[in-house]
Amino acid sequence: MDLDFTEEQEMLRTSARDFLTTECPKTMVRELEESEKGYSPELWRKMAELGWMGLVIPEKYGGMGMQFFDLIVLLEEMGRNIVPGPFFSTVVLGALPILTAGSEEQKKELLPKIANGEAIVTLALTEPTATYEASGVKLKAVARDDSFVLNGTKLFVENAHIADYIICVARTKKGAKPEDGITLFLVEAGTPGLKCEVVPTIALDKQCEVVLKNVTVPKKTMLGELDKGWPIVARTLEQATIAKCAEMMGGAQATLDMSVNYAKERVQYGRPIGSFQAIQFYLADMWMKVDMGKNILYEAAWMVSEGLPSREKVAMAKGWVNETYKFVTERGVQIHGAIGTTRDHDMGLYFRRAWAADLAFGNTEFQREVVAGYLGL
Amino acid sequence: MDFRLTPEQEALKREFEEFFKKEMKNAPPGWAGALENLFSEEGFPFHRHMAQRLAQKGWLVRPWPKEYGGQNAPMIEQLIFSEVLGYHRGAGIDIFGVGMLGPTLLAAGSEEQKREHLPPIARAEIFWCQGWSEPNAGSDLASLTTRAVRDGDDYIINGQKIWTSGAQHADWMFMLARTNPEEKRSRGLSFFLLDMKTPGVTIRPLYSMEGSHLFNEVFFDDVRVPARNRVGEENQGWAITRATMNFERSNVGMMSGLRRDLEELVEFCKETRWNGKTLAQNPFVRHTLAQIAIEIEAGRAMSYRIAWIQEKGGLIMAAHAASAAKVYGSELAQRFAYAGYEIMGLYGQVKRDSKWAPLRGRFESASQLCMGMNIAAGTSEVQRNLIAWVGLGLPRTI
Repeated sequence: MDLDFTEEQEMLRTSARDFLTTECPKTMVRELEESEKGYSPELWRKMAELGWMGLVIPEKYGGMGMQFFDLIVLLEEMGRNIVPGPFFSTVVLGALPILTAGSEEQKKELLPKIANGEAIVTLALTEPTATYEASGVKLKAVARDDSFVLNGTKLFVENAHIADYIICVARTKKGAKPEDGITLFLVEAGTPGLKCEVVPTIALDKQCEVVLKNVTVPKKTMLGELDKGWPIVARTLEQATIAKCAEMMGGAQATLDMSVNYAKERVQYGRPIGSFQAIQFYLADMWMKVDMGKNILYEAAWMVSEGLPSREKVAMAKGWVNETYKFVTERGVQIHGAIGTTRDHDMGLYFRRAWAADLAFGNTEFQREVVAGYLGL
Repeated sequence: MDFRLTPEQEALKREFEEFFKKEMKNAPPGWAGALENLFSEEGFPFHRHMAQRLAQKGWLVRPWPKEYGGQNAPMIEQLIFSEVLGYHRGAGIDIFGVGMLGPTLLAAGSEEQKREHLPPIARAEIFWCQGWSEPNAGSDLASLTTRAVRDGDDYIINGQKIWTSGAQHADWMFMLARTNPEEKRSRGLSFFLLDMKTPGVTIRPLYSMEGSHLFNEVFFDDVRVPARNRVGEENQGWAITRATMNFERSNVGMMSGLRRDLEELVEFCKETRWNGKTLAQNPFVRHTLAQIAIEIEAGRAMSYRIAWIQEKGGLIMAAHAASAAKVYGSELAQRFAYAGYEIMGLYGQVKRDSKWAPLRGRFESASQLCMGMNIAAGTSEVQRNLIAWVGLGLPRTI
């Protein structure tokens, strides 16, 4: 057993924190939320120069060849700072499934582009059915000659409006189980019939509606095998769920730190409010949940990184982290008082992120149902 | 990071598991592994028997140094031991003698005290109790007033302790008494070892609301304690109590015990039909139990982290992490007890001796006993204070 980070991981954390503190101030985060694209090409380029997009991409494809667990460290820091932009969708929802299922040709073509920041990628999985279950995938892909024709609507697709490639999860056959007959396609931006529109959401994090009307893609854009795409999605979902947890725990830690500092500085009745037991109890509970969330996060992330069966543990982690991030942001606002409820204050920023991230890859109710299944219920 | 146990640790774990699985079959009926079971009339002889079995295996005081009967076992092995023991609702570990006094004497006892008191604990001959709380000194322990007055080679003790777990079975007590009445707080206290058979010691039981006998009042009426049974310097007793913190404090055994309770409740829910459906099909039941499972898992992960910190920190560790483990564990046990009680419907209220009692009345009993855990060994409020002061650096106002 070794529950410490490696020296390299500690260095990655420190350098990421330093970089983001200077290069990604909260004023910028808020401006980008309101912008059309939702990201800064300049920051994106700098992140690529640091090698972040290629962190988990093998060296032979232009990456740094680090492990999934290393990515967790970086995502914690990105969540801590709320980095706007398509990092999560490109790396976690893009590079990882390509690494899992891509052909050598696809890897050679796409991974170097991702690693150097040229390509923005996203995964179009969910639909108006609004579920992460295979049964929710209704979008049809029909074979025609050497191509497939895609028709349907995807919803809650992060950063589709700026993506160069959208990995589209489609139904190619009606199978005995909903998991059968699913195929993934790499759809390039600008393909005729493809329309992306940003949906205004609580975190203003550029989730899109993607409408595909007779979108025709060549057979070679298939990612993985025909009709056997669900295991790729399932693996990606495991990785994405725990990766999201890492972002969330970073945000939760930031919220806790802000709240502790504020409680020490804010004076009422002639003393810091942090000297009142009511506030101390809120903060003690916040610290406890955050500290515990990290432990369960790291263990689940380690299992995913090692390729061990981890669905149950990941569901438990997400269930815990969902409730923790919501709890600490809600209490954080309470501790900050009226100023915490305003648009200009950072507390609201984290609060809105928490409530968006809660829904991503399954809210707590969804995770509990997964856990109940593993309990044998 | 790497969460794997080594092959040696895995093998050790299997050995522990086989032992407890076999030995715990002999537990008295209705055994739930709680302190209330260990100190009940029918439970204590079994507790003592298990301590002897553990001593024979060389497992009773594994973390202690070899010269006092231990094996210098590393913290991670102790974590594994406690986890297995908790899951099997194991008996035999005297938390006061093995868990608290042993480490205290190892850190602060004289050579003579170590030689006199440690081997009988390691051989499972002597059981201890802890004389800390008093009627007017609960959370504010340092204000205690039981007096110890020097008289030649002895001290004469007068006063009263309360909430003394297992005093009715204990052979000896380690206790705090005030040796300097001028000092109202912690500086005037000394740490004593007291033979419970000493004249002037009277024990009176306190029964819990569900009927069990764990707690006692202990009265001291001119009780003579030889001065050589004072641990550390006079008036330095408070500092000595800090040394009792040096044991495995991960609370992992509570988590594995709750896991076992959960597994049994899941089986109950799969077998029990209500309104034509099994309880396992009821969405409320599914989600309640899944949430409990998540919370147990989060607790277990915290326990592993704490053991890791303790292993690396040479047993001394940040107090607030142990506070978190304690308050989290007891509050989770409470949520679980109430959830189990509710899930059983009308049957939840039936006591264990009835043929109508599901799971031998575990949740009827737990729903009452769980509250004591939020109070004993530092209330949940005291633990949260510690987290705020020590962990977060917030202003200390009391």
